[in-house]
Amino acid sequence: MTAQLPILQIIVPLLAAPICAVLRHGRAAAWLAVLASWSALAIALALLGQVMAGGVVSYHIGDWVPPIGIEYRVDIVNAWVLVIVASMGAVVAPYSVKSVEHEIASRRIPLFYAAYLLCLSGLLGITITGDMFNVFVFLEISSLSAYALISLGRPRRALTAAYRYLIMGSVGATFIVIGIGLLYVMTGSLNMADLAELLPGVWDSRTVKVAYGFLGVGVCLKLALFPLHLWLPNAYAFAPSPVTAFMASTATKVAVYMLLRFFLSIFGAAFSFDVMALDRVLLPLALVAVVSMSLVAIFQVDVKRLLAYSSVAQIGYMILGLSFASVTGLTATLLHLFNHALMKGALFMALGCVVYRIGSVHIDAMAGLGKRMPWTMAAFVVGGLSLVGVPLTVGFISKWYLILGALEKGGPWTAVAVLVLATSVMALVYVWRVVEAAYLREFSGDETTGEAPLSLLAPTWVLVAANLYFGIDAVRTAGVARQAAEVLMAGIGS
Amino acid sequence: MREEIIVRVGAKILTPFIIMFALYVHFHGDYSPGGGFQAGVILTAAFALLALVYGLAAVQRVLPPWFTRLCAALGVVIYGGVGVVTMMLGHNYLGYNALAPDPKYGQHYGILLVELGVLVTVFGVMASVFYLFAGRGRGES
Repeated sequence: MTAQLPILQIIVPLLAAPICAVLRHGRAAAWLAVLASWSALAIALALLGQVMAGGVVSYHIGDWVPPIGIEYRVDIVNAWVLVIVASMGAVVAPYSVKSVEHEIASRRIPLFYAAYLLCLSGLLGITITGDMFNVFVFLEISSLSAYALISLGRPRRALTAAYRYLIMGSVGATFIVIGIGLLYVMTGSLNMADLAELLPGVWDSRTVKVAYGFLGVGVCLKLALFPLHLWLPNAYAFAPSPVTAFMASTATKVAVYMLLRFFLSIFGAAFSFDVMALDRVLLPLALVAVVSMSLVAIFQVDVKRLLAYSSVAQIGYMILGLSFASVTGLTATLLHLFNHALMKGALFMALGCVVYRIGSVHIDAMAGLGKRMPWTMAAFVVGGLSLVGVPLTVGFISKWYLILGALEKGGPWTAVAVLVLATSVMALVYVWRVVEAAYLREFSGDETTGEAPLSLLAPTWVLVAANLYFGIDAVRTAGVARQAAEVLMAGIGS
Repeated sequence: MREEIIVRVGAKILTPFIIMFALYVHFHGDYSPGGGFQAGVILTAAFALLALVYGLAAVQRVLPPWFTRLCAALGVVIYGGVGVVTMMLGHNYLGYNALAPDPKYGQHYGILLVELGVLVTVFGVMASVFYLFAGRGRGES
């Protein structure tokens, strides 16, 4: 059975989705979703173990040998991303049970879980596949279900937010498929490992460079790199709470993975950095994203929007690591994929608890909540500290490697290191505004407001605990990230 | 169009042939252009024609909305189920060779079954979408 693990990773959530859709009972669909997402996590962990022990795992769908057939190819890089996505899926699923009953009309609940599982399997599929066109197919599966999930949000503006994401996301997906098409024209292959071997022969052609541009813009739309981030704040702000927590911690991470896979594995690190000057294109965008979006976040009054803008800034950090064009920088990127998923997951889930009790995440509505909902707000504080990058939290580990990467390059790059520290202070400002409201102001809402139910708090605190645990003992995560970074910088992993 | 006798009778005569043609496009899909997707759309067209001529309520008595939604989910399960069966038989996912001793027939059966899943899902989704649009302004369908 272990030989079938790569395909089980996809079909367990994929086949659970239609079953959820026909179930009449919301709770039954919820528990099926929990079961499917937990099995997905178990499979992802088993795959990571398999890859760490024995190298690349290759799976041939329908017994067709690659490059003709579709290949699922797991190396240390995507095994790592699979674990990130699957673990967030496994934490958010039990959290959804109560939260969704509160926020979504009951007849739509089974459909919610169907869309949730489809989104999960789409994201896992993008990550696991070794075939370019398969990436596009899974991208559409995850995106279409994500649009549906966002449109389920209670405010009417959720519909326009979902529609805007649909337009921007479709433009992105179209750019990606055009890029894939151009590569296919030049090489006659869609298999990633095969493309990596064939592309050096046609590097000089303009078609390949145009394909590079299309893929770059398409993926950057998906990962919401400044200035292509305009769909993100509203989509995150108006979506149902578990959807925001799930999307914020997985969707953009998978897009970053796509960027790394396309540009470093397929085109090769040498081509990207030496010929296409990828680092010089991404560096200014990343810096502007970090600074401007942190600034915008400071002035938000809706806390969900505040965190959404902060997410765009955090994506800036990930791209910043990539633009260092070094193993340390890339390690920081890969570490931050995981760490940012942990902190934003915890923060958005804490906000979901607040929505569950007081129905709003406006900063004034949250005044005095520290006494009313001590566990929820404590989770928010720890998540916030992690976002700032305080030692003993995962945020610190990410920033540490990022600054290490900058200092390693020396010279003018020292300024980048200083900037990273300065923007941490900005993160402190916007986190502090929420903390100040919750702890230092008087509560003015309903007197009966109490703590959120355990089924919401427990998953939230699992993530909070992970924030602390992996912040203190980062040996394992940093080790895997470094190994993955080395594989990427060397080209295709084998 | 309820009073147009020619349209009413014409639609009645055409419907079985449209459904037949849908099945032909599906089962002949591996020798000629066509397949599950096209067949599913044609199958929906038969019911859409009936709905246009005889009204939505009449068609929904034959083809209730819950059934089209069930079809939408069922097709995916058929497609995925074929893959699971081949896995149980010791091959890789969707390794059709497992379905018959002779690989030629195995591939043939596999493709037909998988495309049947596509047919059912496309039919279910198209019909559900048609019901949603046709039922707009008349309350929830």
